[in-house]
Amino acid sequence: MTANGWLQIAVFCALVLVLVRPLGGYMARLFSGERVFLSPVLGPVERVLFRAAGISAKQEQGWIAYALSMLAFNLAGLLITYVVLRCQDMLPFNRQGLPGLPPDLAFNTAVSFTTNTNWQAYGGETTMSYFSQMVGLTVHNFTSAATGIVLAIAFIRAFSRATAKTLGSFWVDLTRCTLHLLLPMAIVLALVLVWQGVPQNLDPYVSATTVEGTRQTIAQGPVASQVAIKMLGTNGGGFFNANAAHPYENPTPLSNLLQMVAIFAIGAGLTNTFGRMVKDERQGWAILSAMGVMFLAGVAIAYGAEASGNPLITALGVDGGNMEGKEVRFGIANSALFATATTGASCGAVNAMHSSFTPLGGLVPLINMQLGEIIVGGVGAGLYGMLLFVVLAVFIAGQMVGRTPEYLGKKIESREVRLAFLALLVLPLAMLGFTAVAAILPEARASLANAGPHGFSEILYAYTSAGANNGSAFAGLNANTPFFNLTLGLTMLIGRFLMIVPMLGVAGALVAKKRLPPSAGSLPTHTPLFVGLLVGVILVVGGLEFMPALALGPVVEHFALAAGQTF
Amino acid sequence: MLSILRPALVLVAALTAITGGLYPALVTGLAGAVFPDQAHGSLAMDAQGRIIGSRLIGQGFAGDGYFHARPSAAGAEGWDAAAASGSNLGPTSKVLLDRVRQGVAAARADADGPVPVDLVTASGSGLDPDISPAAAYFQADRVARARGLGPAEVHGLIAGHIRPRQFGFLGEARVNVLELNLALDKMAP
Repeated sequence: MTANGWLQIAVFCALVLVLVRPLGGYMARLFSGERVFLSPVLGPVERVLFRAAGISAKQEQGWIAYALSMLAFNLAGLLITYVVLRCQDMLPFNRQGLPGLPPDLAFNTAVSFTTNTNWQAYGGETTMSYFSQMVGLTVHNFTSAATGIVLAIAFIRAFSRATAKTLGSFWVDLTRCTLHLLLPMAIVLALVLVWQGVPQNLDPYVSATTVEGTRQTIAQGPVASQVAIKMLGTNGGGFFNANAAHPYENPTPLSNLLQMVAIFAIGAGLTNTFGRMVKDERQGWAILSAMGVMFLAGVAIAYGAEASGNPLITALGVDGGNMEGKEVRFGIANSALFATATTGASCGAVNAMHSSFTPLGGLVPLINMQLGEIIVGGVGAGLYGMLLFVVLAVFIAGQMVGRTPEYLGKKIESREVRLAFLALLVLPLAMLGFTAVAAILPEARASLANAGPHGFSEILYAYTSAGANNGSAFAGLNANTPFFNLTLGLTMLIGRFLMIVPMLGVAGALVAKKRLPPSAGSLPTHTPLFVGLLVGVILVVGGLEFMPALALGPVVEHFALAAGQTF
Repeated sequence: MLSILRPALVLVAALTAITGGLYPALVTGLAGAVFPDQAHGSLAMDAQGRIIGSRLIGQGFAGDGYFHARPSAAGAEGWDAAAASGSNLGPTSKVLLDRVRQGVAAARADADGPVPVDLVTASGSGLDPDISPAAAYFQADRVARARGLGPAEVHGLIAGHIRPRQFGFLGEARVNVLELNLALDKMAP
């Protein structure tokens, strides 16, 4: 580890923190129906859309209607993408004449982008036409991000409103989020990325004759527009197979810094939106502090492990930390930082190959995802996931002191706690259940690239990533088989929607409750004590059930590496 | 049910048109107008105007008279810029360690002392255009011998091509292998 490495980490954190209040305030105003700076331009567009859709900006929905609208919208988007991918050979902008995708891969990819996962069983430049990248995939980078954000807003309203029946309108929230928040940010970021060197064209792949006279075909495409939104929306699906490690997706240290900030910007800002909407910004800062503590712990472990390098390689007379799978322009600090951020959020873009990390360096992304991606988390999904843990934390605290738990003046009762547990237990069930099945199936094991404990980690990482809707991979695994495409597709659907529906159920129950004035016995939820309690509950409730699986993978590999054993 | 289906279908269609059509078209138009070189891939041409690669994309060099780039796992032969990939080998992989062992043995022909790690490890993209300054200096003697140049000349060339950290602190110092080798060709054809 170097001082300059930590300086870069500090600058990253500072940039994220500086954006929290401006973005948080903007989103609070936007979702409260106030006029914002683009309203004069986009207001008329909105009105046309609402009229065509037959909805009124004033018409709100209860939690069931909100959930059904969200499901209908996502199902329609999923089906369109499936058809686009299957038929890409008949659609325009297919410069390389790529064939349509087979059914299992098209299903997996459509589910993956709809659920904000962006797991990629394919390599972008060898599989996807420009039309598929733009109309099939970039669209979901916007809409799945917007879906996550507006669900978080609905959950915030469950606390900010009292004795109410409705959580807002999914349609209005979704449209405003896409037009006023995601689009302007994406346009600006995309242009800055082009300035740094990210291509943006519809050219055929370039054929070059290299200095030494060999032929090199260089993939092109509308890269910047997709990269910008894949980071801002914590989608993470690379335009190219190598994702943000590819010099075209991430050409400079500055583009790397901006992409990392983009991963956290909206998610961190939402904690402040939450604070503002419940009329106590300290509540937002407390939640962001809990996220920050776990984030910094993860960065320190990953950076330390990668900087100390692979002892088996050092023993061969090599000088330096672990650079397998990393790019020279980023170096070790930025690779460890990126890996921690992309898995703390549900982004899943990678600027270094996690599979080639040291065992402890690779353990950090795994744990980040298994905790449910609440370390800032996916846009929206991180906040509502974290608020579910808050519900459990105040419940557990209430049990300890023998009082009915409450949060922000809302009593937390058995219905909310049961639904919160249901939402949080869906994840480990899907992740560990499918891992166990795949680990004993010979046809699944045939996909492994690494032997020994690392092979098991590849499977565990795949289902963890799918269940958490992350999308990064220990990419040695050949996941483009019917078995993995189907089971990982199912895991992504479970991890997204079986968490969202009970979460909205909690919101529906909470919004109807009246607000109690704080009493002498109320637990203050903006203090360091509560932050500590929250982190403890997350680690015990969210983390402990993964210990045995982690012991079989990265932990065993760590000791094998120390003992010099290879596989 | 219609109260949900109609807005779902209308908004899916409208948002697809806006975010999948208008948005990339707008960015493509602006990018091509303002940053045409970057937008079309930062391509590198030779004196005759033929495309020899991209300044951002690494390419393989094998001759003794050129600085070598890092090992590449992109495509079957390496350096396939239409199939970027890392090795994805884990830290305890025998395949990885055998490859590094061979890399170290090959590097020993260039110089003694510890081998800079980036010279024997594959990058994440398989298309890393850069090597560390240490990896460039490690190869200087071999390149100087093959080109009939003095070591000091080659060292000076390397020093002139080191890109420092961006703004003095971002990323790592690096040398673009393609640009360094093109300068070498110009200096001692």
